[in-house]
Amino acid sequence: MKQKIAVKVDDLTVAYNYKPVLWDIDLEIPEGVLMAIVGPNGAGKSTLIKAILGILKPIAGSVSIYEKPYEKQRSLVAYVPQKGSVDWDFPTTALDVVMMGTYGSLGWIKRPGQKEKKAALEALEKVGMLPFKSRQISQLSGGQQQRIFLARALVQDASIYFMDEPFQGVDATTEIAIINILKELRKAGKTVIVVHHDLQTVPEYFDWVTFLNVKKIATGPVKDIFNDDNLTKTYGINYKVSIQE
Amino acid sequence: MDLQEYFSLVFSDYTLRTITLGTAILGAVTGMLGSFAVLRKQSLLGDAISHAALPGIAIAFLITGAKDSNTLLLGALVSGLLGTFWIRGIITKTHLKSDTALGLILSLFFGFGMLLLTFIQKQPNANQAGLDKYLFGQAATLVESDVWLMAIVTGLCLFVLLLFWKEFKILLFDKDYAKTLGFNTKTIDILITSFIVLAIVLGLQTVGVVLMSAMLLAPAAAARQWTNSLSKMVFLAAVFGAFSGVFGTAISSSQNNLSTGPVIVLVASVFVIFSFIFSPSRGLLFRQIRFIANRRDLEQQKTLAFMYHIAETHDNISHPHTIKILNNFQGFTRKTLQKLVDKEYVVLDGTMWSLTQKGFDKASNLYNQQAKEDE
Repeated sequence: MKQKIAVKVDDLTVAYNYKPVLWDIDLEIPEGVLMAIVGPNGAGKSTLIKAILGILKPIAGSVSIYEKPYEKQRSLVAYVPQKGSVDWDFPTTALDVVMMGTYGSLGWIKRPGQKEKKAALEALEKVGMLPFKSRQISQLSGGQQQRIFLARALVQDASIYFMDEPFQGVDATTEIAIINILKELRKAGKTVIVVHHDLQTVPEYFDWVTFLNVKKIATGPVKDIFNDDNLTKTYGINYKVSIQE
Repeated sequence: MDLQEYFSLVFSDYTLRTITLGTAILGAVTGMLGSFAVLRKQSLLGDAISHAALPGIAIAFLITGAKDSNTLLLGALVSGLLGTFWIRGIITKTHLKSDTALGLILSLFFGFGMLLLTFIQKQPNANQAGLDKYLFGQAATLVESDVWLMAIVTGLCLFVLLLFWKEFKILLFDKDYAKTLGFNTKTIDILITSFIVLAIVLGLQTVGVVLMSAMLLAPAAAARQWTNSLSKMVFLAAVFGAFSGVFGTAISSSQNNLSTGPVIVLVASVFVIFSFIFSPSRGLLFRQIRFIANRRDLEQQKTLAFMYHIAETHDNISHPHTIKILNNFQGFTRKTLQKLVDKEYVVLDGTMWSLTQKGFDKASNLYNQQAKEDE
């Protein structure tokens, strides 16, 4: 298997005050996988994404995207933060939030124009939110807000997508809609990395998985490493999941 | 002088014109910048900054020995910025939360400022009298050059706001995401905060240390009630702020010896109270009206649905039933029944009711419609 490495993390260590949150993480994510990051609460899953994206400053370690430092490859990377990380009562519309996805390629000062608006509308269409484009964002349901965030990342037209719990607090319909979009991204050759909580759905949704609990426990194809042994090592209790073949 | 006289004099009288223009510009710029402070949930920052400016005023006076307002404001600016960076430092370097940091810096700087003020008052220098006007402000001391300074800062602020509009907006909404897009959020952050400090310092002479934060918050809080667009909110806040300045000045100068600063703040508060009650989408009044209307609609629909389930069991849907069987149904009143009759869903005949075809169709679609609206 000769796959390109999309994301490479070396010796990454992050600490809040004295407590290490991530300890010496080495990670290689091949291009074109749909990867879940799983681990218990406080395992550092979100922190890992934030450290890779430069939102948090690590104590040590480096991150490269397609063999170049992340800072030079920003345009290849899109981020979907946790839904709860922003104030949804902010005075703006769904379309406006999605347009923010174009700000990166516009750079400083330049305003979004017709081209950017068209891209945003297409992204809204893709996530099935076009009828809600003028809606004040606080008037959207949790699932709809999540889709807006997804659309904002889609507008960036990146190669690598980092998503922090995109299935949190969404109903079954939205979950299926979102996972279908993620699978489409993978089909288009994109790399998608998702912080995920529901272990039951890992084999169904993902083809690659990373077990994380402060340290990296294991990473690799779901069919090879998603087993009771690794789950027990990660969650610290005897964990049994019935994996459907 | 009454209000009418004020408005006839405002264009001709030099002092009145200067003060009115000054307070209007001040209200506009603080309203504009206040929107950002409110949306960043940094409402208390303004209070901390204005209090932190006091020792700067005192020290500037001690150094120069003169009461030139520009020099004093420069001192205020320096100490206001110092306070702001200390607050940021405390929040990032310690476990303390932002409200604690704000409270600490506010009282520390204000306490030190008061100490210096009392020290200055004991000095034999005759020039020191009136320095305490910075506590509550004194609009009457505004001169033309002060107004020019305000206008220049406001113009600059407007220019920067328009230039970096997109950057400000994304920082306010989602700072982490802005970072991943490659924006230097620290620079944007410092830019906004510096302008907020600048606007506060400009207002100290007019409104004073103690009440300055209201100028920042009140117009913004009022504006938020009327719109769901950031640009409209900033614009409205500027308008509310400017009107508070003008009306406040008008009222205080038409009533003898009413201090201008507090009156301006009170007028701004009236804008807030009015907006909280009467705004169509977020106001308390209309929300209550909508709530009552919704509940009434639901009561009718529930009654209709109940009738539908009874009528369903008969071949003829318009088979008459006695009103008595409805009495056991929770939420049923004579009034809801009458409403249903008005809508031609139900026909009454003595003590009997029967469903019309229209009512039957409506009831059978109720659940479907509800599901559609929820989508």
